[in-house]
Amino acid sequence: MKKKKPIQKLPFIVLGFFLILFLAGVMSGEPSRVLEQSWQICLSCMGIG
Amino acid sequence: MELGRKWVQLVIAFLTNGYWGFPVTRTIYQGPLKVVCAPGLNCYSCPAATSYCAIGALQQLMLSLRFNLENGQYYLGWYVLGCIGVLGAFFGRLVCGWACPFGFFQELLYKIPSRKFFVPRPLRFVKYGMLFFLVILLPLFAVNDFGMGIPWFCEYVCPAGTLEAGLPLLWLQPDLRKTVGFLFYNKLAILVVFVGWSVVASRPFCRVGCPLGAFYGLFSRVRLVKLQLDTAKCTNCEACHYVCPMGVKFNESPEDAECITCLACMEKACKFDAISLTVGGVPLRAGDVRKTTLPKAE
Repeated sequence: MKKKKPIQKLPFIVLGFFLILFLAGVMSGEPSRVLEQSWQICLSCMGIG
Repeated sequence: MELGRKWVQLVIAFLTNGYWGFPVTRTIYQGPLKVVCAPGLNCYSCPAATSYCAIGALQQLMLSLRFNLENGQYYLGWYVLGCIGVLGAFFGRLVCGWACPFGFFQELLYKIPSRKFFVPRPLRFVKYGMLFFLVILLPLFAVNDFGMGIPWFCEYVCPAGTLEAGLPLLWLQPDLRKTVGFLFYNKLAILVVFVGWSVVASRPFCRVGCPLGAFYGLFSRVRLVKLQLDTAKCTNCEACHYVCPMGVKFNESPEDAECITCLACMEKACKFDAISLTVGGVPLRAGDVRKTTLPKAE
C-alpha cells in the first residue's frame, strides 16, 4: 500500500505569521498611507528632476 | 502548460496595468485599487498601473520611518511586508515565473534568435545586496537633517521603473523632458544593459538584480506550493539542467532559491516522473512523460 505523505506544518506557520503582520499593518492604518503614496508620481524615484 | 503559463503572465500583466485612460488623462491611475499589492515587480508610477509596487512602497515607508515615528504615525511597513510575505509563503518565486510583468518581458526578449549564454551563478547574490542595502538599510539610515531618506533602488537602479514609468511619463508630459539629467540617463543605461542581456541570457534581472525575487527566494524551503524531487525515481540524467530558465540544477538542489516553478523541468525534461508539484508537501500531479529538448546555452 502506498504511504500517504504527511502535510508539512512549517509553511502554514510562516503563512500565519505574515497574515498576522498583514492584519497588524491594516490595524495601524498603513493601507491609507500606501494608497496616498501610490497616488503620487514620484519623479525623483524615477531619476527625473 | 507552457502556453497556459504565458497566458497567466499576460493576463496578470494586463490586470496590474489595466488603466488605459492614461493617454487622455496624461497622468497615473489614482483609484482605490492601488491599495492592492502587485505580486511582481511593477512600478506604481506607471501610468497604467492599477496596484502598488511592494518594493517601491517598502522603500517609501523605510525612508520616512523616523519622520513618521516622530509624528506619532506607526507605519513600520507591516502591511507591505504582510502582503508580499503571504504571497511568498504561498508561492515563493512561483510569482516570478507566473505573475511578474518584467519577468514576462525578459522571457519575450529571450525568444529573439541569437547566441545564448549562461548567467554566472555567483551573480545571484547581488540581488540580496539590492534587497538589504538599497531597499531597506540605506533608505532607513542614510537620512537628511529632517530624518528623510531616499528610495535608493528606485532612484538609482530599477529598470522596470524606467521602462514602465520613466519613459511613458516623459512621453505623456513633455515638460518633464527638461528636467532629465545624469540620474535618468544612468538608469536608462541600466535598462539598456538588461534588455540586451535578456536577449542573450534567460531572465538576467530576475537572477542578478531583483530585490523582490530575492525576498521571495527566502521562502524557497518553507513555501506551500513548490516542486519536489522523488530521489527514488531520479536517475541524475541531468535533463532538468538544460530546460531551466533560471539555471537551477534541480536534481542537485530541489529547494533552490532561484526556482520560479515554471514547471519546465517537470513537463519538458523529466521522463521518470521524479518531479512533482506539491502543496504543503502533498503532490498534486506527477510529471508528464513527454520529453522535449532545448538548445544548450554556450
